[in-house]
Amino acid sequence: MKLIILDHYSQASEWAAKYIRNRIIQFNPGPDKYFTLGLPTGSTPLGCYKKLIEYYKNGDLSFKYVKTFNMDEYVGLPRDHPESYHSFMWNNFFKHIDIHPENTHILDGNAADLQAECDAFEEKIKAAGGIELFVGGIGPDGHIAFNEPGSSLVSRTRVKTLAMDTILANARFFDGDLAKVPTMALTVGVGTVMDAREVMILITGAHKAFALYKAIEEGVNHMWTVSAFQQHPCTVFVCDEDATLELKVKTVKYFKGLMLVHNKLVDPLYSIKEKETEKSQSSKKPYSD
Amino acid sequence: MRGGQGAVRAPVLQFTNCRILRGRALLWEDLWVRGGRILDPEKLFFEERRVADEQRDCGGCILAPGFIDVQINGGFGVDFSQATEGVGSGVALVARRILSHGVTSFCPTLVTSPPEVYHKVLPQIPVKSGGPHGAGVLGVHLEGPFISREKRGAHPEAHLRSFEANAFHDVLDTYGSLDNVRIVTLAPELGRSHEVIQALTARGICVSLGHSVADLQAAEEAVQSGATFITHLFNAMLPFHHRDPGIVGLLTSDRLPRGRHIFYGMIADGMHTNPAALRIAHRAHPQGTQTLSGSIAPMDVCVRHFLQATAGCSVESALEAASLHPAQLLGLEKRKGTLDFGADAGQGPTQGGPGQPEDAGVLGVPGQTSWCSMTPSMSGPPTSQASWCGRRRRPGSDRGPWLERTPSPSWTLSGLGRRGAGLRGASGSPAPGGQP
Repeated sequence: MKLIILDHYSQASEWAAKYIRNRIIQFNPGPDKYFTLGLPTGSTPLGCYKKLIEYYKNGDLSFKYVKTFNMDEYVGLPRDHPESYHSFMWNNFFKHIDIHPENTHILDGNAADLQAECDAFEEKIKAAGGIELFVGGIGPDGHIAFNEPGSSLVSRTRVKTLAMDTILANARFFDGDLAKVPTMALTVGVGTVMDAREVMILITGAHKAFALYKAIEEGVNHMWTVSAFQQHPCTVFVCDEDATLELKVKTVKYFKGLMLVHNKLVDPLYSIKEKETEKSQSSKKPYSD
Repeated sequence: MRGGQGAVRAPVLQFTNCRILRGRALLWEDLWVRGGRILDPEKLFFEERRVADEQRDCGGCILAPGFIDVQINGGFGVDFSQATEGVGSGVALVARRILSHGVTSFCPTLVTSPPEVYHKVLPQIPVKSGGPHGAGVLGVHLEGPFISREKRGAHPEAHLRSFEANAFHDVLDTYGSLDNVRIVTLAPELGRSHEVIQALTARGICVSLGHSVADLQAAEEAVQSGATFITHLFNAMLPFHHRDPGIVGLLTSDRLPRGRHIFYGMIADGMHTNPAALRIAHRAHPQGTQTLSGSIAPMDVCVRHFLQATAGCSVESALEAASLHPAQLLGLEKRKGTLDFGADAGQGPTQGGPGQPEDAGVLGVPGQTSWCSMTPSMSGPPTSQASWCGRRRRPGSDRGPWLERTPSPSWTLSGLGRRGAGLRGASGSPAPGGQP
């Protein structure tokens, strides 16, 4: 794995956004070659989405030939509910960029046959040629998407009942009322994400530190489903200092030492405005055009 | 869905780089329009899987709902109270010209007139949807003749009436048909006013209090009978008195029926009301504030003046006073006076007023009808022909302050027909009917 450690949330978000930008541009997508991107929701990726929107508005990045597949959606929540993941993606990402609605895919939590909806989602991913880069987050209980502790590490897209940890964590979006939080969700499986050619996990904040420790310093364990990515050939964990609080000093020092190498993934920073390499600022300075 | 399949296939317009008035706040949001209605873009994205057919950059301007003027007596040389055959075309002319001042819906107002005039004029002013041809007519506002003698203002004394004898029948006899009527202003202290108010309210007509010497109790009883509006607060009524606030006291009355909302219009042209009075009223009852255009000041000027005068009142409040509140008064807030999804829109704003100070820029105005650009500049009147709207002035009254404050020479007021109460612009020709 690559463990990318930045000082603050904003820098971690920016690094992740730059990485996604470079990957899309270097892929050189076109009408017969779409870049397939898996996307998360929640508060962690918000900063990353803001930067990606900024890149689009500056004309450095386009989502015209990008297909997106979201990880999950609540069951039984109306699509236009302000806390549904459809609303989240629309308000925080889709409405600000040039992606075509036909190229976005989010599970429908109000489908008549939920399992059929999940199976169809897997088919759509297959039809799109698989996921190039799956971006995800981690729950305080170490889950990826809604693959709660105890989920099979080879699972596929299906219906899951949410664990109490997750319901507690999500209550803040529902006026703090536990009764209002949906109890079930449709989610991609651990196996579904493992099939992606590359995986990037965003982990920020001290409350995620223990989950990160369990995910990368302990063994592969279905109680901490993110640990499955220890067996993926191409995983990037992007975190801030606070998220590393439970890691060994040795681990942190090792990966911080590798930042010189890892920063080459985002520097030079490519732009669709210029085809040749663009000399850009080092990753320490804030992005500016 | 309106229009069925046709509406779905209609082109989708997306207005970008703008601030829109929605949910009481100005937000940096795009506005989407299709088939004359404001569209929910999230629904379009996820259900129809469509993008906009056309994008228009608004240059950072504000998009506000079209203004609704519930009291406008004429303008551009037209006087609605004149009983001519051409009233219809006069209304159409005013409807067309007020678009450029941001007004997309209005209530042509008739002052106290003899019954023959009402019988002749009212059928010629039907309710009409707006469009690129002009603002929509929401219905006529009948200001008088059932008003107070002492507070008649410029209304002709000879034609004042009462309904003491036969209450609602007197009303019907006077006006003829009430089909095209939307608002009636009357003085509640007149005998049997409660029956009349109840009868009018039952017919869906908004009853307004004005030109009255009513005390607070009479006013409260009128509201209990169904009145919901106050015509040009402060003007043509008893002044606020600390032991009996009169009609003005309705703003803070605790005797109003539960759930009833009282609205009040104020002529915010800087002349009919002192800005301090505007502020007092607005602070006492911000939810009810409505802007009326006054005499020679068009609506957009009044909105700006109101914003300036009530410094501390937000742009959002000023815009709502001219759009949302009148819509709420007339029960139209689902379709007019807002930019909520499903509200009437039109074809979209035309570009206008580039590079203007922010609140003077495009108040590019969707609303009931077509959109229009606001005339720019806060420092002067619109460059169009002066519009006359709002209250009449009593002929022969002291016009000193008016003349002093007459705006720039480009304003020429045409006369008001038979009353001849025109004003001379600095370089304009005298209006018919003579000058003081």
